[in-house]
This record gives sequence, structure tokens and C-alpha cells, in this order.
Amino acid sequence: MKSLQQCATERILIIDGAMGTMIQRYKLEESDYRGERFKDHHSDVKGNNDLLNLTQPAIIEAIHKAYLDAGADIIETNTFSSTSIAMADYDMQHLAYELNVAAARIAKKAAAEYTAKNPDKPRFVAGAIGPLNKTLSLSPDVNNPGFRSVTFDEVATAYTEQIKGLVEGGADILLIETIFDTLNCKAAIYAIKQYFRETGKPELPIMISGTITDASGRTLSGQTLEAFYISVMHAHPFSVGLNCALGGQQMRPHVEELSHIAACYVSCYPNAGLPNAFGEYDEQPEDTACIIEDFAKEGFVNIVGGCCGTTPDHIRHIAEHVKTIKPRPLPRLEPTLA
Amino acid sequence: MSATITNSDTSNGTLVIKPYLRLSGLEPLVVRPETNFLNIGERTNVTGSKKFARLIREGQYEEALSVARQQVESGAQILDVNMDDALLDGEKAMTTFLNLVVAEPDISKIPIMIDSSKFSIIEAGLKCIQGKCIVNSISLKEGEAKFIEQAFICKSFGAAVVVMAFDEHGQADTKEKKISFSHRAYKILTEQVGYDPQDIIFDPNIFAIATGIEEHNNYAVDFIEATREIKRLMPLTRVSGGVSNISFSFRGNDVVREAMHSVFLYHAIKAGMDMGIVNAGMIQIYDEIEPKLRDLCEDAILNRRDDATERLINFAETVKAKGKVIEKDESWRQGTVQERLSHALVNGITDYIEADTEEARQQYERPLDVIEGPLMDGMNIVGDLFGSGKMFLPQVVKSARVMKKSVAVLTPFIEEEKKRLVAQNGGQIKSAGKILLATVKGDVHDIGKNIVGVVLGCNGYDIIDLGVMVPTEKILQTAREQQVDIIGLSGLITPSLDEMVHVARELKRQQFDIPLLIGGATTSRTHTAVKIAQEYEHGVVHVLDASRSVTVTGSLLNKALKKNFLAEVKSEYEKLNEGFRNKRPVKQYLSVADARKNKAVIDWNSFTPVQPKQPGIQVFKDYDLGAIAPYIDWQPFFIAWELHGKFPQILTDEVVGKEATRLYEDAQVMLKRIVNEKWLTANAVIGIFKANATGDDTIQIISDTGMPVHLEFLRQQIKKAPGQPNFSLADFIAPDSTGLQDYMGGFAVTTGGGIEAWLEKFKADHDDYSSIMLKALADRLVEAFAELMHERVRKEWWGYASEEHLSNEDLIKEAYSGIRPAPGYPACPEHTEKYKLFDLLDATTHTGITLTESLAMYPAASVSGWYFANPASKYFGIGKIEKDQVEDYAQRKGWSLEEAEKWLRPVLEYDM
Repeated sequence: MKSLQQCATERILIIDGAMGTMIQRYKLEESDYRGERFKDHHSDVKGNNDLLNLTQPAIIEAIHKAYLDAGADIIETNTFSSTSIAMADYDMQHLAYELNVAAARIAKKAAAEYTAKNPDKPRFVAGAIGPLNKTLSLSPDVNNPGFRSVTFDEVATAYTEQIKGLVEGGADILLIETIFDTLNCKAAIYAIKQYFRETGKPELPIMISGTITDASGRTLSGQTLEAFYISVMHAHPFSVGLNCALGGQQMRPHVEELSHIAACYVSCYPNAGLPNAFGEYDEQPEDTACIIEDFAKEGFVNIVGGCCGTTPDHIRHIAEHVKTIKPRPLPRLEPTLA
Repeated sequence: MSATITNSDTSNGTLVIKPYLRLSGLEPLVVRPETNFLNIGERTNVTGSKKFARLIREGQYEEALSVARQQVESGAQILDVNMDDALLDGEKAMTTFLNLVVAEPDISKIPIMIDSSKFSIIEAGLKCIQGKCIVNSISLKEGEAKFIEQAFICKSFGAAVVVMAFDEHGQADTKEKKISFSHRAYKILTEQVGYDPQDIIFDPNIFAIATGIEEHNNYAVDFIEATREIKRLMPLTRVSGGVSNISFSFRGNDVVREAMHSVFLYHAIKAGMDMGIVNAGMIQIYDEIEPKLRDLCEDAILNRRDDATERLINFAETVKAKGKVIEKDESWRQGTVQERLSHALVNGITDYIEADTEEARQQYERPLDVIEGPLMDGMNIVGDLFGSGKMFLPQVVKSARVMKKSVAVLTPFIEEEKKRLVAQNGGQIKSAGKILLATVKGDVHDIGKNIVGVVLGCNGYDIIDLGVMVPTEKILQTAREQQVDIIGLSGLITPSLDEMVHVARELKRQQFDIPLLIGGATTSRTHTAVKIAQEYEHGVVHVLDASRSVTVTGSLLNKALKKNFLAEVKSEYEKLNEGFRNKRPVKQYLSVADARKNKAVIDWNSFTPVQPKQPGIQVFKDYDLGAIAPYIDWQPFFIAWELHGKFPQILTDEVVGKEATRLYEDAQVMLKRIVNEKWLTANAVIGIFKANATGDDTIQIISDTGMPVHLEFLRQQIKKAPGQPNFSLADFIAPDSTGLQDYMGGFAVTTGGGIEAWLEKFKADHDDYSSIMLKALADRLVEAFAELMHERVRKEWWGYASEEHLSNEDLIKEAYSGIRPAPGYPACPEHTEKYKLFDLLDATTHTGITLTESLAMYPAASVSGWYFANPASKYFGIGKIEKDQVEDYAQRKGWSLEEAEKWLRPVLEYDM
């Protein structure tokens, strides 16, 4: 079976689309979210999509399979908020590890099934590490700019627990995504490096995906794209890229810039355009695919897919449009050892 | 677009990523081959900037941020942040400050250099910064294992690292060591830790040159040549350094320092130095340096001639004198031998030292007296001048040379005397004492310690100098084996303070009982009191400088003095400790306007000022000393003799009781003679005048001739607890708006008349004991006289307390109504008001007391002050005051702000 690295040299890899959009289609109620196990939980859990890894594993598996059917090489675990810090919103912080293990197992099972069907197109599971609902570089209190609602150590600890669950559940890749505060990302990198160093396990490839929030071209925490990249280079990531907040069109200059500076592969999975007046994404699969095809032809990208509002249809179209286009060649690194 | 510039080669379709050092704040900083020298802002460093240190210590982070902003605005490309202050919680200060920096995009756009010699502070800093930082620094100082561990942590934060050229045995001083230490670190970092070479920055140690010590002359060359070789061997790495170190021995002389910096950088950059911690304002443009100075700097930096240091120092002195040519002045040869020895020491002149020493030796009783007297006096001056930045290090070393030459002349005579004493006593002569000196582990700075060694050696002590980077165990082991009497620790860098604490703990654990001396540039009385003295109960003494080490050592090795000396130190340190603890909450100050709103409120409606029975001036000449003597407060008398304890209990004290009693008896004998034979003349003038407060802090007093005189006072500005007023002495006098006629008095008394003749006589007899005794008694008598006059004022002449019946003890405790604060003391700390007091009383005419230009009273045994009668009046201290009050005071006094700041310096809340 080909490794992720081999696949990446041969073609542009496809990463899956939105999980939330797909879950919405099931129109789940509070009781569906709770399942049997959490029927007496003291607070509402509807909307806690990560909880479905435990209460509705079949739905999550079905969504993964829909994306695998659409041609995704990489599927993301349903763990965007599976940290003790984010789960505290539901008073479910104690479930963090379990959620990650369960989510990774579901995705791994689905991926293995598709790999077995067609060993020439191996499928990979990316353990999704989200940005947290608390930030390390920004004060939530405008009157007290030095205040922080969370510490680096707390964040690193929470991420370590998530990473442990993802690795033990069978993830092939660790994906730090939707990064709007680079310091949170650095805490995740720190946790990954420490985890592998301490366990002695072989380090999994790391994908890093930042978020440019607006036309300023900067992250929410104020960094330019290059500053952001320099700040995370030490992860020696498999790929660096952008996702969320913008549609493909708005993302283009940033993806282009990244393709000129990144020493690793470049990924890009935009939203299905910008939301309309109702907060819905209405960019059609063919439109998204055309934008991404342009990126591919320009030689900007190695890994493409979708974020908010994208569906298996979007992914199928994207996969179709880029399948014959050569991926961006990995840059040549000038030898560093004198 | 910046991206295309970053990576230069995309021509054949494949992007090439160059191994450049890449850093980031909010914006990237890529260090390319063509990148110019990078300036690292140095003012946000508590060890380098007094102002910044104060702001951090007082929690004034807003203003501390403005220091950072100024650095960025003045062109710093990287911001060095250092919180290494032993009195700070470094981790917390680093975190707090960096979190605030991060919130300021105009500062946080540039990368941060997290600077600490404590790795826990570095880690705390790394946890605050999203960009790619530089860690300054790690080193092999504590061995490979620790180095690797710390490097791994830095790497997991993605930081570039500054590696100091250290190994387990010390700091690299030669070119060869700088290169080999750096190369060793490089191999470990790249091969074992997996560091990218471009993320490694070497700091091959910039040391001070032109110090007067020959081994230092090549330090700049060693750095420059090591840099060249490091960049050749490891071309992707970078070289940095603390530039201002190079000119340390010229501190205070910015012209020379700036020239040295730019000459040094000119050559170091050519050799490959990439960046440096620099005060951008302290660099001259190379080509604009005066050619002669540039040549001299070049000679010194490149070590081109043996006399380079000498020549640069000589030139430096002319620069100080604003370019005037200094003629060789031989007039000092006219002075006394003491003056000549002192001059020779201060100016480092050895030309006449042998002859002068011989002359002095014949003047003094014992050859050792020459050392303990004039030579030490001279060294004290040297110590003071160096301490206040008015002398440079090379000059101090020159002074020590003069000292040594002089001692050499005396040594044969001292030896002869020893032999004679041995013959007389039939036994061995004990050395004055054995003192172990060491620069603590982790520190390599030893110039100060060496000077201490020279100075103490000159005083007859056996010195065991263990050198630098001495581990605690070695210090303790040597101390035990050699049976030393005192251990002296030195250190310059901040972590040495922690190491000293460690030594103290170990001394305690291993049950030592000898005193511990603490010295070195970063040490302080406060730190010693707060952190070190707490750990060891057998005496921990901070020694401000080499010259003071003699008195401290003398006291500690004198059985009679030791206990009291230590008791005095202990009580002083306890006060400091208490003061420090109490000071922890940041002091808040009110504007002077708000402070005035919170003045002491006296209900003037229900108050009737007492009209003095005897208004105006009264003069008392040759007052009966016999009437004064019973008012003496004896306790300070014993303190003057370094005997500590309460009077009269001290007379029966187990240890000092005998000495104290003997001293007290001698004092009584002399006091009787003073009274009976009228050795001293007691004169006094007192006056009671009409007065009213005419401004917030102004009292108008009407002189005997009807002239209105405005007395200006200060007001406490510190924020008080609710209900506590912000006092000013002006609060105690009825404001003119009340319509009340109030009064105020003044006095000047002396018992110093005639003392000189007696002191001359004792001196001629070499009778120091009587001389000191007389001075001490005169001091006591004048205080007693002031007490007596105050009592008579209250009871008789003003008469507001005619019913008062107080014992002498009650008087000492100030149990009376009303106060007599003196200009220059805490309630009215500004000395020049003394002129008004003296004018009002015509005090010089009436008492013979004169004022020196710095407002000291002569004879020394004199006291003057104001009388306030209001029962609400009390003693207080003004404390520190803010600039608004200084400006206001300047206006009231008709002074410039500078003049006001000069006189108010001790009470200024702010740095000037």
C-alpha cells in the first residue's frame, strides 16, 4: 500500500468536506444527541456534534463513507471540539479522551473498508484538532488587554489528551485546523512533539491549516500569512494551508503566497463561498470545483477539499476537476548542514 | 510580494527554500545574506535599564510598554525582554509584560528575544508569544544533559536560540575556546536535538577591554576572530553579542563609549557578526568619530599596541574636560603627606609613592597605621568615586597598584614589628584573620572581588581567593579545612544572587558559624536583607564596595565589636525586610492638588492660639553646661561607639556590659571636666513669631523687624488610607482666612564652641579615644540643650504647656505637646529653608553657628529647627513626592526645576 507521502508526490490529494452541514441533514433532536447513555445529562447537548461519536456512531460513519464515495483521500475525524476545554460548554470535559478514541475508530473503520476495496487508492484518517473556544493571544476583556482566560499549559494539556485519543484510535495524520490564534496552534504543536517524544511512538505527519479571517490577509491574532507560517515551521509539517472563513475566490491570493513560501505541501479547503443573507452557503459544487481547478493549474496546491457548506457533491466535483492536474512540486530545500 | 523575495530561485519551476533564519512577530523577519546588522532593543531589560526596572517593580506596565514602543520606533528590529531581578517574580513579570506587549500591534509586530539566565523565565515567556522568538540564552554551563533538555524545549516552541560560549568549566575568553565551545554546542544541537543550523545564534561573549588588566586587552580581537571562524565553520549560524560590554570600563563617558561601540561593530560586522543588543542611541557613526579618538579606539579594540589602554584613558580624561589640554599639575605636592598619598591613590600616580610612604611611616606610630589611615582614606575616596561612576575601572586598578607599591615599602617594617611582638610575647603572632573570597558558581566576574582581595590583603588579612565559578561545596570545604574567619561571596550577574542564597542555606545546613559577606554589582542591601540574611543566622553582611570591606571585616573579627555589629546589621536588615514587604503593594500617589484636599483638618473654630509670654528673639550665651547635662539621652552615645543595647540595661549586658560601663565611666569623668572646666561653650537663640498659613503649604512668619517671611513646606503625596490626612507642617498653623493670629518659633543651639582646641590637643597626643569621646559628648550635649530649650519654651516663654511635668525619659519619647522639626529632616526635608531660619534668628551672630554651602552646620555639635505648638502637630515623614509638587515647590521658591530637583533629590518619587 502506498504511503501518504508517495500519494502526495503523484497527485493532488482530496480532503473531505463539512461534517456539520451533513449532520444537519439528519435533523437530529435533543434525544438523538443524548442517546441512551446521556439521557439524564443535566444540560442540553443538542448541537454537540462531537458527542455523536458516542451516541450516533452510525451516522458519523455514514457521513465519512459519503465523502469516501465522493473520492476523498483524507477524511477528518469528527473531533473539532473534542477537547476538555471546548467540551466544558456541555459539562462533558471528562469525555474528551473517549470522544477522540471513538471518532478515530469510526473514521479508521470506514477508511480501511475503502482502502481494502481499492488498494491503489489508500484512504487516510486525519485526526482533527480544532482551535478551541478560548484563545491564548487575545484577551476576552477589552478593558484588560493583559488578561487571558486560559493558560498555555492548560491548552497544551487539553490538546495532549485529544492527541492521545486520536493516535490511540488509529489516526494516520494529525490536522491542526481553523487556526485563528497561532499561539493555540503552537500549544498543539508543542503537545504533539512532547507526546511523541515521551511515548517514543513514530511521529505522525502533521497538517497545519490556518484561517485568514478577512481581506486584511491576517489571522485573527494579527499575523500576516508569512509570519504565521514562520511561527509554525518548527512543526516540520507535512502540509500547511488555509481553510474556513473565506470562499475559494477570496482565498486565492493567500494560497498563492503560501505556495511561494511553504517548504512543505500546501493545502486549501475553503468554505462553499461566503454565506448569504441567511447564513447559508450556496456556492454550487461545480463553481467551487472550478475555483480549485484554477489553483491546481497554477501549481499552488497539493491537498484540496472543502470546509463550511461543502458536501460530498462538492468534493466529488473537486476531485473530478483536479484528478489529472500535477500537484505542486515540493520545493527544494538548500542543504542546511555545512 | 514579500514571498517572492524570500526564496530567490524559482527559475526552473522548482521553488528553492533557502536556509535563512526566519523570525516573526505579527510580521516576518527573514535574515538574508544581504540583511544589515540587526539592532536588538535593549531598554526593556530590568538589568540594563533602571527606569524599566523601576516601572516593572512598581507594576507600572503601561509606562513600561511605552519603553518597548520607543524601542520599536527608534529602529529596534527585535525586542529583548529581560526580567532577571532577584526581587521580582521573574516568571510572572515576564508573562504579564509579554501578554500586554502582544496586545499592542505596533510593538508585537517585531520578534521578541526572551532574555533570561533562568530557564523557567524563558519558558514562561515562550508560552506567551505566537511568533517565532529568540531565546537568549542557553549554554553548556551546566553540562550536556541540561543543555539538550533545554534545547528540546526551545525547539518545541520553535524558537531560535542564542548559545553562550560556555562549557562546564566556564566562559570562553580566548578565540580558541569561543570557537571550540560554539562548535561543540553546534554539533549537539544539530545532531542530537535536530536543530536547524539557521536557528542557532552564537554569543561568543563580549568582554570589557581597556580595563587596565593586561589579559583583557585582546578580548575584542578574540571575539572578532572567533566570529570569523564560527561563520566559516558553521556558515548558516548567526553571531550576536551584548555590545555595550566592550566599553564597560568607560561607563560615564559616553563619547568614548559610543566611539568604541562603533569601532568594535565596524570590525565585528565585517567578521560576520549579524546582530547585537545595542542601545541605538549609543552608537556613533564610524566615519564621524574624531579621527584621533577613532585611532585610539582601534588601537585598543584591535590590541595594536601595548599602551593602547593608557592612551585611550588619557584621551578619555581630556574628552571629559571638554577637549581642554590638561597640563601636568604638580601643585598637589605642596599638601600634607596624607593629602599626597590620597592624591596619588585617587589619581593613580606612583612617581612619588615610595618617598611619601616613607614619610608617612615616620609620622605614624605603627607602619600598619599608614595603611589603615591615609592609604585606606584614599581607597575610600576611590571606592566612592567608582561607585558613583566618576572613576573608571582602569583608574581603580591603577589606584590598587599605587596601594600595593606603598604597602611594599611598609611590609619590611611590618614584618620587623611582628618579629618584635613575637619576641615580646614569646608566642606566635596571629594574622589579623583569614578570609575566603569566591565568585559564586555560574558567575565569572571577579574584578570587584579581586579589588576586595587587594584591599583586605593590604590590611593584613590572609586572603584565600578561590577564583570564579566556585561551587558551594568547594567554598564550604575550603572554609572548613583552612579554618577561615569570614567567607566573602561576589557576583555580578543576577542568578548569582540565587546562588548566594544557596550558599547561605548550605552554611546553615552544614552548621557553620562564621560570617558571610556579600558583594558585587547586582547585590544590594535590600536583597541581602530580604533574601540571604533570612537563610543564615551567623551574620550576613552586604558590603557596598571594596573600601567598606575593611571596616566590616574589622568589626567582624573584633570580638568586642562583632556581636553588636551583627546586631546592628540584623536590626537594619529586619527593617529593610519589613520595609520591603510593606512596600510590595505598589505605592500610589495623589496629585499635589488632591493631596492638599486631604490636608490635616484642625477645627480652628474651637481653637485659640496661645499668645507667647515672651515673643521675639532671645539669646543665651555660655549657657550653664551643668544644667544641660541631665537632659542627655545616652543611648545614641553607645551607638556612636558601636555598642548596641538599651540604656541603662546595656551597662549590665552580659557581653558588652563591662565595656559599656567602662566607656560610660570615662564619659562621666570627661563630662564633669567639660562642665567644670568649661571646655565647651553652649550658645542658643530662640524666637517666637506671629505666623499664619497663607497658602496650602506656605506659612508667613513675621520677623522681629516686622518683615514677612514665607516658609515653604512640602506635603505627603502618597495615597493614604481613608481618614488619614496627607500632612504638611503648614497644616499645623492657623490659616489667615480663619482670622486667628497664630504663632511659630525657631531655634538654633550649639555646644561646639571651643571644641577645636581640645581636638587639636588630643590629636597631638595621638589620643583618638579622647578625641572621639569629646565629639560624641558634644553631640549628646547639644541634643540635650535643644531638649532643654524646647521644654523652657513650652513652659515659660511661650507657655502653652506651663503645667507640663515630664521626666527625661518622657522627653526622650517625645511625650510633650508640640514639635520641633528641623529643616533637612523627614517632615521638612528641604535644607535651604535653614537660611530663612538662620536669618529670622540671626543665628550666626548670636550663636557662632555657620552654614556650609551644603547647609551643614558648623560646629558639628549644633541643632536648629522650628517650633510648632498646636496640640495636633506631630512628627511625620514627607516620603516621596511627585513631579507636580516639585514644580510647584520650584515656583514657590523661585527656582528652576533643576534647582528644585537638586535639593529635593532624596525625596523624589521619580528617576531624573
